[in-house]
Amino acid sequence: MINIVSCLLPLFEFDRATEGLLGESQRLAKALGGSHVVVIAGHAEDSKVSAVAEYADRLIVAEHSDLTSYQPELCLSVLRSVCASLQPHAILLGSDTYSQELTPRLAHRLGGCSAGDIQSLAVVQDSIHATRPAYGGKAVAVLDMKTSPAVVWVRDRSMEVAVAGEPAKIERLQVEAENINTTKIVDRRSEESSGQRLEDASIIVSGGRGLDGPDSFEDLRQLAVTMGAEVGASRAACDSGWITHSHQVGQTGKKVAPQLYLAVAISGASQHMMGVSDAKIIAAINTDPDAPIFKHCQFGIVEDYKQIIGPLQEKLASSLS
Amino acid sequence: MKILVCVKQILDPEIPPRDFQVDPQCLEAVRGSASLVTNIFCENALEMALQLREQCGGEITAISFGSNSAEDSLRKALALKVDAACLVLNDLTPHPASSVVARVLAAGIRKLGEFDLILVGRESGDWGAGQTGGLLAEELHFPAVSFVDGISVEGDSITLQRQTDSGIETVTAKTPLLATITNNDQNVPRIPKTRDIMKSGRKPMTTWSLADLGLSANDLVGTTEIVDLYIPEKQTNCEYIDGDTINDKIDAFAKRIEDVIRTL
Ligand SMILES: Cc1cc2nc3c(=O)[nH]c(=O)nc-3n(C[C@H](O)[C@H](O)[C@H](O)COP(=O)(O)OP(=O)(O)OC[C@H]3O[C@@H](n4cnc5c(N)ncnc54)[C@H](O)[C@@H]3O)c2cc1C
Ligand SMILES: Nc1ncnc2c1ncn2[C@@H]1O[C@H](COP(=O)(O)O)[C@@H](O)[C@H]1O
Repeated sequence: MINIVSCLLPLFEFDRATEGLLGESQRLAKALGGSHVVVIAGHAEDSKVSAVAEYADRLIVAEHSDLTSYQPELCLSVLRSVCASLQPHAILLGSDTYSQELTPRLAHRLGGCSAGDIQSLAVVQDSIHATRPAYGGKAVAVLDMKTSPAVVWVRDRSMEVAVAGEPAKIERLQVEAENINTTKIVDRRSEESSGQRLEDASIIVSGGRGLDGPDSFEDLRQLAVTMGAEVGASRAACDSGWITHSHQVGQTGKKVAPQLYLAVAISGASQHMMGVSDAKIIAAINTDPDAPIFKHCQFGIVEDYKQIIGPLQEKLASSLS
Repeated sequence: MKILVCVKQILDPEIPPRDFQVDPQCLEAVRGSASLVTNIFCENALEMALQLREQCGGEITAISFGSNSAEDSLRKALALKVDAACLVLNDLTPHPASSVVARVLAAGIRKLGEFDLILVGRESGDWGAGQTGGLLAEELHFPAVSFVDGISVEGDSITLQRQTDSGIETVTAKTPLLATITNNDQNVPRIPKTRDIMKSGRKPMTTWSLADLGLSANDLVGTTEIVDLYIPEKQTNCEYIDGDTINDKIDAFAKRIEDVIRTL
């Protein structure tokens, strides 16, 4: 039996990310002639469990009394235990920070191999090939995943969504796992401003080091409100302390997939663009006509942002109202 | 507190795309005139180790697995006054799989002795694998916490702050522990003094070959293998919005944005 496993972590959301993850696992299972097993680790709402059932051939809810919210060591040992019994060819996780940290460790415990930020998976003569960016987005690499299981975290939001079918029976499993208390998440503080998560926003206005400081981000915020957008930033802007890192877009920030991405005073370094490769339309305001950002843009304006964003906001405010 | 920092030397990740080429035979970037630098997250990790030593004392060892040139990254760490440096010379392929790197580092670490805290970068700026930390933790049977940007220590308990999708988490842990480090405004790498850079050249450095670590050929076979590397084609023609006055330009720009928003 060939099993392809999708892993969902405690308190997962049934959102675009999950749909993309399930879609990619489904396609890989089909390509290998195997089944798609969804493993939900820890506590999940019933409505979400039933929603997922339509995309799975098998659905296992791996329960453990202490796993009401994510804890790295416990989640890892629960997943290891369930996955070991399934002997999967591949295990797919999402692009959230928790999945990213679990990927290599789960692979190692199962004697498999691992990779992250996977854009696509293919079956080539019985082996699994994973495609991912390299060199900060300047290149694309294809990896042969040589040992089984191939454990990968994927760019879930850019993957085609899963196809619904006959819902799988829900199997609830009490997993015996030692609750290793070597680490414990004791506090979670949300930095997210009101509104949507950046990853799910359909419009994003992003600012870079070419801005004049934190006050300019206030002006960008106003423009964003008018456009119904969320605010993003380049790493240089975050490093300058003008805005928190939870707004950072790029290789080491968020991977976003908006319909419109407006980059203000951002040069367009490959590491920044790695976070925006799934944007539908990119537009830019930059004083330098040769800034790399224009190579990624559908349209742009070569001007000082200070001349633009105030009037732009007023015009949009009246035309969009 | 005995702290170990894993330091990787990489091709300067900030070279512009127009200067970037790949060698289709070796499946790696062509070095060209680009310089070799220490991966930024390793520098952040070093900075955090130095701050920890200032707070609670202890010793810092830096280890790197790489070619002869990686000695430069370790000399730089010595200039920042880490207590010891260890180079494991790589006579294999230029870019071994993460599984091999983790195994080699683990062997080197065991030979160096016991450590309370191991710091690695969240990912490297060249291949960006982001796998080494987790794999190394498993090799050594250490618990691990990722994306850490703040550490404080009291006795054998450690409190970490880390960055997640939605904000900041506080994690408590006990030694031994491995943490992967990301950057914030508190761990900006300090600049070594010229005098210390001069002195670092004369400091001792442990250099081991793979044979010294007693690794077999089998240990050095990666679980993944790069089978292709290429520069993606990009085809977007930017329309530069023009107009007689700046006001006309803004009008046209606003119109384009409005058109997109209306389709949503
Ligand atoms: C391992 C690694 C990971 C990284 N991860 C990320 C990441 O996740 N996200 C990220 O963003 N970067 C990342 N980077 C950094 C990246 O390489 C760039 O350094 C960074 O994106 C630059 O930010 P910037 O475009 O805001 O700044 P700059 O490159 O300084 O660009 C500023 C731009 O503003 C323009 N400008 C200046 N004044 C004005 C004005 N008045 N009006 C209009 N335009 C103006 C300039 O022409 C310029 O194009 C990473 C780098 C490394 C090595
Ligand atoms: N060859 C190496 N030598 C020392 N440390 C390394 C090496 N490769 C990776 N690391 C460590 O692992 C981190 C993440 O690297 P990677 O998994 O390759 O993205 C780096 O920031 C280093 O701390």
